[in-house]
Amino acid sequence: MRAAVHAEWTKVRTVAGPRWLLLGAIAATVALSTAVVSVMTCDAAGCGHDATRLSLTGVQFGQALVVILAVQVMSGEHGTGMIRATLAATPRRTTALAAKAVTLTGVVAAVGTVAVLGSLLAGRLILPGRGFTAAHGYPILSPADGPTLRATVGSILYLVLIALLSLGVATVVRDSATSTGVVLGLLYLVPVLAPVIHDPHWQRLLHRLGPMSAGLAVQATTDLRDLPIGPWTGLGVLAGWAGAALLAGALLLRRRDA
Amino acid sequence: MTAAPLRVLHAEWTKFRTVRGWVVGVVAAALMVVLVAVLAGVSSDQRGAPAVPIGRGGELVTDSFFFVHQPMTGDGGITVSVSALDVGIAPDLEPGTVPWAKAGLVIKDGTRPGSAYAAIMVTSGHGVRMQHDYTEDTAGLPGPVSTASPRWLRLERSGDAITGYDSTDGLRWTAVGTVHLDGLGPTAQAGLFVASPDAVQGPGTVPSVATAVFADLRTEGGRLTDHWTGDRVGPEPTGHPPTTSGSVAESDGRLTVTGTGDIAPAVRASLGTAGTIADVLTGTFPALITVIVLGTLFITTEYRDLIHVTLAASAGRSRVLAAKAIVLGGVTFTAGLAGTAIAIPLGEHLARQSGVHLFPITPSTQLRVVLGTAALLATAAVLALAVGTLFRRSAGAVTTVTIAVVLPYLLVAQIPFIPDVVTDWLTRVTPAAAFAVQQSVVPYHQVTSVYTPYNGYYPLAPWAGFAVLAGYAVVSLAAAAVVLRRRDA
Repeated sequence: MRAAVHAEWTKVRTVAGPRWLLLGAIAATVALSTAVVSVMTCDAAGCGHDATRLSLTGVQFGQALVVILAVQVMSGEHGTGMIRATLAATPRRTTALAAKAVTLTGVVAAVGTVAVLGSLLAGRLILPGRGFTAAHGYPILSPADGPTLRATVGSILYLVLIALLSLGVATVVRDSATSTGVVLGLLYLVPVLAPVIHDPHWQRLLHRLGPMSAGLAVQATTDLRDLPIGPWTGLGVLAGWAGAALLAGALLLRRRDA
Repeated sequence: MTAAPLRVLHAEWTKFRTVRGWVVGVVAAALMVVLVAVLAGVSSDQRGAPAVPIGRGGELVTDSFFFVHQPMTGDGGITVSVSALDVGIAPDLEPGTVPWAKAGLVIKDGTRPGSAYAAIMVTSGHGVRMQHDYTEDTAGLPGPVSTASPRWLRLERSGDAITGYDSTDGLRWTAVGTVHLDGLGPTAQAGLFVASPDAVQGPGTVPSVATAVFADLRTEGGRLTDHWTGDRVGPEPTGHPPTTSGSVAESDGRLTVTGTGDIAPAVRASLGTAGTIADVLTGTFPALITVIVLGTLFITTEYRDLIHVTLAASAGRSRVLAAKAIVLGGVTFTAGLAGTAIAIPLGEHLARQSGVHLFPITPSTQLRVVLGTAALLATAAVLALAVGTLFRRSAGAVTTVTIAVVLPYLLVAQIPFIPDVVTDWLTRVTPAAAFAVQQSVVPYHQVTSVYTPYNGYYPLAPWAGFAVLAGYAVVSLAAAAVVLRRRDA
């Protein structure tokens, strides 16, 4: 297993693609977060915005690059035939998948930490100038603050889980275009489709089950009661998606020819 | 060997046709549009919700106001002066600005909401207006009213013609307009009215109440008497202090009338429960992701093994790209056309059965929405083809195009509190501008509202919005052609 993880780490480290994607994920996350906090205003006390969540909006963009990275870790190998070499070197296929999962977890956790802290810093620097002041009920953002700490750690875990979900889907689907389409569909379509369901019960259920809408509940720091799902429970739903995708991937990987 | 353009085209068509996954994908894209329309129709249940008044043109309207009225039989006229029109904004009725708060005279075909009417009125911010049948509006004397500068209004019926006059002194009159209310019965309801639409505050609206002071009320003909009744037309306002549903009080020959509501076409913010054709077509999004995957695969699959053969078989590389774009565009356009053409009537039917009101659209608008949605899908697929050619990587291409089209939409359509400048910009310069082809609601100058993409109003005209996406596709395709010619396969 250590050798397999080392091999995967070498692949990620030595190919230019992943490096650019990881830098891109940081840039995309921080850029969208900065853009969002730069346009929001809070004119008076009780303007109802969740400052932490606003500062972490960029995760919705950054995750897309994490998806590409995670899909390519698996589908890229199917596309080039590299997968045969990987599986020859690590005959236990689940070990090969586990090694990829471990490597991705480490890499995305590291990159996610930079991206999320960068976004938070942008919020901390910009928001006070936009009316998010202590007088309006917004203390300066700090990861030492309990709910903000939860949102910060939760967002990093969110990105890791998105990577694992993508890896699982890519293992099942194999083709990278289709895998990407499936993952992006799972993520972005639930929030687009939910308003169509007029029945409030079903709409709530959809928000609870959608990997992105449930998983991002962890970013909330205010009005937790109005959320369709609790912060950690929501992240748990995403973990369920990622686990199920990886499990299905592992089973199929063992059964199928490469 | 140089292949004739038609042969290249035929080769690409054969490739597309014979890959089962692609054919399944394109059919699935069409089905998604239909399926989501069905889902939208059956999942909503508004049977038992208050009826939405419908104007004579079939349009959804707002028709609620305070009416001090009596029957008017045959020809006749009413004259009145207005010396004040003040607006209070809920919840505390603090004085505020509601430019289209209105008070004046109306002749209406009964008190049923949605019935035909013609009215002359003073407004808070737009001077004297003559309005009829909800959508029509003509300007009269400018400026606000005050005790120092009152306005005299007169409304006369002659057959089915109704003429409105205004005056600054009650002596010299100007005709503002004459309108014809076809089918107006011999007895109409005539009198004074006051209405005050919801005030726009940030991304939402809050109720408001107007109070007008009338004097010099005179009637001519029409078997009119001195007996007036004050009634509210339309549903009682919800969430108001109870005193503000409307009232009339007389002292010293002056009538003080308060009222809330509006007599105007309905817009999205004033009628949140009504759906639009774009709601029915939400299935465009899953279809979009599907055709983006297809467009990408149509080129990236070649890079695995076939590209050498493809390029060897045809001398002009850009010709291959053009052939692929035509085949892909044609196939996805057809799928989109089939999907939307089935989804719209089906979704509309199911929504109506569930008691949901849809903002009505003219046949030409419907045609534009159908063609536009099909073109949107086809163009997004071609954009994915071009980006796939540039990147040679599927995952990157699929994500780039999906993010470019869907993420701006997600930001503007899901987060109501994003500032207008940002949503405006996002729906002008990003490929998401193309969703304007699905706009079916119309903004009205005489209704102050939240006309944002969140509510279904786009800053660009439908085909201009589409042109933005098409621009991205054309530029990417040109870049792809250049790159394809220059680099090794």
